[in-house]
Amino acid sequence: MSATLIVLLVVAVVVAGGVVVRARRRRTRPTLEAPRAPMPSVLVSELDERPVLESPATLSSRLHASRGVFDRVRALATTASVSAEELDVVEEVLLRSDVGVTTTQEVLARLRVDGAPQGIVAALREELLASFKAERGVTLDAESGRVGVWLFVGVNGVGKTTSIAKLASRFVGEGRHVVLAAGDTFRAAAADQLQAWAERTGADLVRAHEGADPGSVIHDALGRAQARGADLVLADTAGRRANSTNLLDELAKVRRVADRAPGQVLETLMVLDATTGQNALSQAREFLKAAQVSGIILTKLDGTARGGVVVAIERELGIPVKFIGVGEGVEDLVVFDPEAFVDSLLAS
Amino acid sequence: MFDGLSERLERLGASLRSKGRLSDADLDAALSDVRSALLEADVELTVVRAFVDAVRERLAGVALSQSLSPGQQVIKAVHEQLIEVLGAEPLKVTFAPKPPTVVLLAGLQGAGKTTTAAKLANWFKQQGRQPYLVAADLQRPAAVAQLRVLGEQIGVDVYSDPSTPVEVARHGLDEARRLGRDVVIIDTAGRLAIDEALMDEVRAIADATQPHYTFLVIDAVTGQDAVVTARRFHDRLTLSGLIVTKLDYDARGGAVLSARGVVGRPVVFASQGEKIADFDLFYPERMASRILGMGDVLSLIEQAERTMDADVVAESAGRLMSGTFTFDDFLAQLNQVKKMGSLGGLMKLMPGVTKEMRQAASNLDGGEITRVEAMIRSMTPGERRDPSIIDGSRRTRIAHGSGASVAAVNQLIKQFAEMKKMMRQMSGPGASLPGGLGKMAPALARAQASGQLPAGFEALEAGRHAASVAPRGSSGKGKKKKGGRVTPPKQR
Repeated sequence: MSATLIVLLVVAVVVAGGVVVRARRRRTRPTLEAPRAPMPSVLVSELDERPVLESPATLSSRLHASRGVFDRVRALATTASVSAEELDVVEEVLLRSDVGVTTTQEVLARLRVDGAPQGIVAALREELLASFKAERGVTLDAESGRVGVWLFVGVNGVGKTTSIAKLASRFVGEGRHVVLAAGDTFRAAAADQLQAWAERTGADLVRAHEGADPGSVIHDALGRAQARGADLVLADTAGRRANSTNLLDELAKVRRVADRAPGQVLETLMVLDATTGQNALSQAREFLKAAQVSGIILTKLDGTARGGVVVAIERELGIPVKFIGVGEGVEDLVVFDPEAFVDSLLAS
Repeated sequence: MFDGLSERLERLGASLRSKGRLSDADLDAALSDVRSALLEADVELTVVRAFVDAVRERLAGVALSQSLSPGQQVIKAVHEQLIEVLGAEPLKVTFAPKPPTVVLLAGLQGAGKTTTAAKLANWFKQQGRQPYLVAADLQRPAAVAQLRVLGEQIGVDVYSDPSTPVEVARHGLDEARRLGRDVVIIDTAGRLAIDEALMDEVRAIADATQPHYTFLVIDAVTGQDAVVTARRFHDRLTLSGLIVTKLDYDARGGAVLSARGVVGRPVVFASQGEKIADFDLFYPERMASRILGMGDVLSLIEQAERTMDADVVAESAGRLMSGTFTFDDFLAQLNQVKKMGSLGGLMKLMPGVTKEMRQAASNLDGGEITRVEAMIRSMTPGERRDPSIIDGSRRTRIAHGSGASVAAVNQLIKQFAEMKKMMRQMSGPGASLPGGLGKMAPALARAQASGQLPAGFEALEAGRHAASVAPRGSSGKGKKKKGGRVTPPKQR
């Protein structure tokens, strides 16, 4: 791409824009301001009354009507061939669980081809279960002479620190010596949050000041762990969006530091909020590339969200879900069970 | 999110045009694409249905515009519907006659309430207010500490005590009154919408503090659950509006549409970055354009409108489209563009521009334009009108005259010819262009669709018409050069 061509290009676009402007001026001047009405701005004026709730939109009533879709699935007849109506219901169930358009279409295509000799529910269940083929065991023991590291990555607010606390509590309970590395040096008081958990669970904590290099925190934690003969380092990282090259590069560097002797990265776990929609796929893709994610912790499954996007993630990227968070309690982080998950997905 | 959609829709084909209106089958095909794109962007299923129905109503039975392709017309309808849904009944943040104005923030865990509280306080501060922060999140370890650190960064005091969330909120409000602060922002703990005990608690905080504004803080990448959450919070708290966070994660942000569609309350603020300053009022139009992947053509056009001489631009633009563009026109354009600011900055606003192109453009300085200008100014009027007469000896002369190398002159002439060719193709119907330039055609088309200005197309149409009448290009023979022109060249 030569400089001259760019100059030409910009000129061309601006010219074309000029045509638009000109035409707009000529033809729509009287109404020009209408669509660009001033956006809400803060005006100092008296507030007469509090905002009042309007009558609920017709949407909510429609939404109500669509509840209990799974009951409708169950009600469908048990035949080998699948009717269009049945497929519609299945589509709705899957889309509502955040499984995503692509995966939903794939599943529907399979159902069309294979039919449902044992009934649509069984067929759907089987098809979804087939998505969870990956090996989902976890590695806890490093090579002799090295310190195992579990690295926790993810976007902001998914529950990385809380997940670490819950796992720390579990491992300490099993009699392991755990060191927590407060690698989130960006968010205000993130280290304080981890420290509170370290005190509650009885794990060691290594922290640095805010804005410190996260790699150095993890390096120090490795040193501490080795000196004290600890079994495992659980390393927190700052939440970061998955579409920033710089932030991903930083993460890749943190992982390299953690994997350098005496450290050995055993698991890189991406923490994913179950309420997340299709963006989770991009998150998984990018974090996989930057930090070789080995598994997913799906948090906040105790709410109304189903977390169906992990179906798409396993199918497309082969990253296994390893743990799920089903509550606020320390014991509420449990090992992922595909069958239970699929059943809950379908029971929505 | 609609990157693919816009392209797919534009392929709907010019053949439809002859029918005069979209057939039901065409409409179904187009709307099915719209539906997939919305679902892929996490818009909730019910909202998608309502949205698609609304778009269908906009299009059904409408006579096809002569100037927009059917696909463009669908995009235009989608864009308008987006603005309508996102922008209806905007909320004006006003201040209580008897201060302080109380703002309550609620939401799920990890939506970004604490950070938003600080950003909002900073925003009020910029408006000349004296905000006060109340940290009523006693649930998450160090949440109070987090708010204190942020409060210190922006110079806003933070109240908290270790009692109960309701008490903290009440005490905080009293303290704000005592200190004479005029805005109080209450940060609450994250809670699940189905956790009755915690929902009762936030309701109790609302009862105790009687907030003037209750905002639901919602994560832009939330999936189908956005609707459930928004509705449940709305049922309990009577929301005044929404604050969307993490809009920098993804261009799609379907959750915004879902939540807006279900609770019928406007999105008031949007947060799009980790920095305190990455926070502003929510602009529905910008969001709509962004959702459609239209770049910021509107800003580009606005900028052009402000700085450019419309007559000069329009005159040579017509010739550009008809393929009778000369170096003189180009020079005139260049002067207009120079007025608009740096090339790198302009490239940023253009949609469909590849990363490499942006990179290259940001490496450019004014020197490149000057160099090109010097070369053109070293040409004779005849050469400027018809570059094909420029032979080897003329090239050497131009190179000497402008202090450039012969190779640079060659390059300029070659690329100028290429550009002319491209622009001609671009203004032809159903044009498909290779490379980065190819993306410009749909982008421009989208720009027109978005500006609610089919009128813009008529100028292009005129150019296209002229092009088809006139013989294509002047192909090197001096005699032909006059035939290739529709309008006489601009002489100065």
